[in-house]
Amino acid sequence: MSYMKEFTKGLIKENPTLVTLLGMCPTLAITTMAFNAIGMGAAATFVLICSNVVISLLKKVIPKQVRLPSYIVIIAGFVTLIQLILQAYLPSIYDALGIYLPLITVNCIILGRAEMFASKNNVLSSALDGAGMGIGFTLALFVVGSIREIFGSGTWFSGTSFEIQVCPPIMEPMTLFILPAGGFFVLGCVIALVNKIANRKPPEATGCAACPNRDSCISLEKPAEKPENTEKKEENK
Amino acid sequence: MELAKSMMIILFTGILTDNFVLSKFLGICPFLGVSKTTSGSLGMGCAVTIVMVLATAVTYPLYHLFLVPMGLTYLNTILFILIIALFVQLIEMVLRKYIPALYKALGVYLPLITTNCAVLGVTLLNIENGYNFGEAIICALGGGLGFMIAMLIFSGVRGRLERCPVPKAFSGMPITLVAASIVSLSFVGFGGLVDGIFGAV
Repeated sequence: MSYMKEFTKGLIKENPTLVTLLGMCPTLAITTMAFNAIGMGAAATFVLICSNVVISLLKKVIPKQVRLPSYIVIIAGFVTLIQLILQAYLPSIYDALGIYLPLITVNCIILGRAEMFASKNNVLSSALDGAGMGIGFTLALFVVGSIREIFGSGTWFSGTSFEIQVCPPIMEPMTLFILPAGGFFVLGCVIALVNKIANRKPPEATGCAACPNRDSCISLEKPAEKPENTEKKEENK
Repeated sequence: MELAKSMMIILFTGILTDNFVLSKFLGICPFLGVSKTTSGSLGMGCAVTIVMVLATAVTYPLYHLFLVPMGLTYLNTILFILIIALFVQLIEMVLRKYIPALYKALGVYLPLITTNCAVLGVTLLNIENGYNFGEAIICALGGGLGFMIAMLIFSGVRGRLERCPVPKAFSGMPITLVAASIVSLSFVGFGGLVDGIFGAV
């Protein structure tokens, strides 16, 4: 089924964090604990599904020239919604995510999927695409978060009732892994591992070069230079 | 004197110990994307610093004079991102019209700043930390300068990295991330520096 494919492609093949290298800031910042990673992933997935659905419904209404600001406002609306929900019902996650929760607004994954997918496809496939990408993002966060928590604090899922002491208490955990430096290091190694397993040439660049909304950013200025990554992705489809 | 001291503490904390890129992970996309050349890093750093300071100067009064009295503080994310998006466009137009030389140098980087989380991050952090207006501006300045320094240092590291033979799976982005990790580790060395110079807060 093609709908099934829209969902599964985000999980591994086009995993937004590990393959297309989008949304690096939250990936690095909140992955000191596996539980925070799941919270962040769930919040981003919620925003991603909702914004994909709304943008896909409004794709004929939004004028092309002002589409980026319109997308940002839609996304920011849902981010505010999830902020209020988490603050009311799960205050511990709200505190743990802190400043990075409102920053979901500028997460490249969400804007990227709006621009690349939701503005061109129907509602159901956009919703499935959002769910797949969101779960892929959560998975990547969870892997990085687990590695950093197990090595850095010696525990797994601390802060929940399933807390497991992985390292025996006599072993000193490696604090390096929960420092910012550990975030960069673990993410680099995980991406390298994915490359090794998939036997694929690693992506050269991230950020603006791989960011799907880059050409629309640049096109405000001068006729777009198309990022290579976008072209590759289109070939895949 | 006290005032100057607290300002200096905020400024240097922003630049060195609480560096936006290397310890708060804000603005990673441009940090990894544009840091290939020194000139690109410098241009992006300048543009981000200017936009951060000006965006703080606009959003801070709006929050306190408009959102707080009306009880709408939960709308800050939406309002701030809109202001930043509009503001970047405005700066671009003003620069193009009145300072074409500066526009030529920074113009390319400006549209990319709208979705830079460091800019939205600094405006939100200023509100969250309860700074007054002066402190908020200094914090934005420190954050911007810290961003620029991190980018400049990292562009040097990347220049060396390009010519190194690395394992195939690590080439490209993974080795860049590992290098960023080592640069970040070196910034950990600045911990306590600010307290040491200016005395504990």
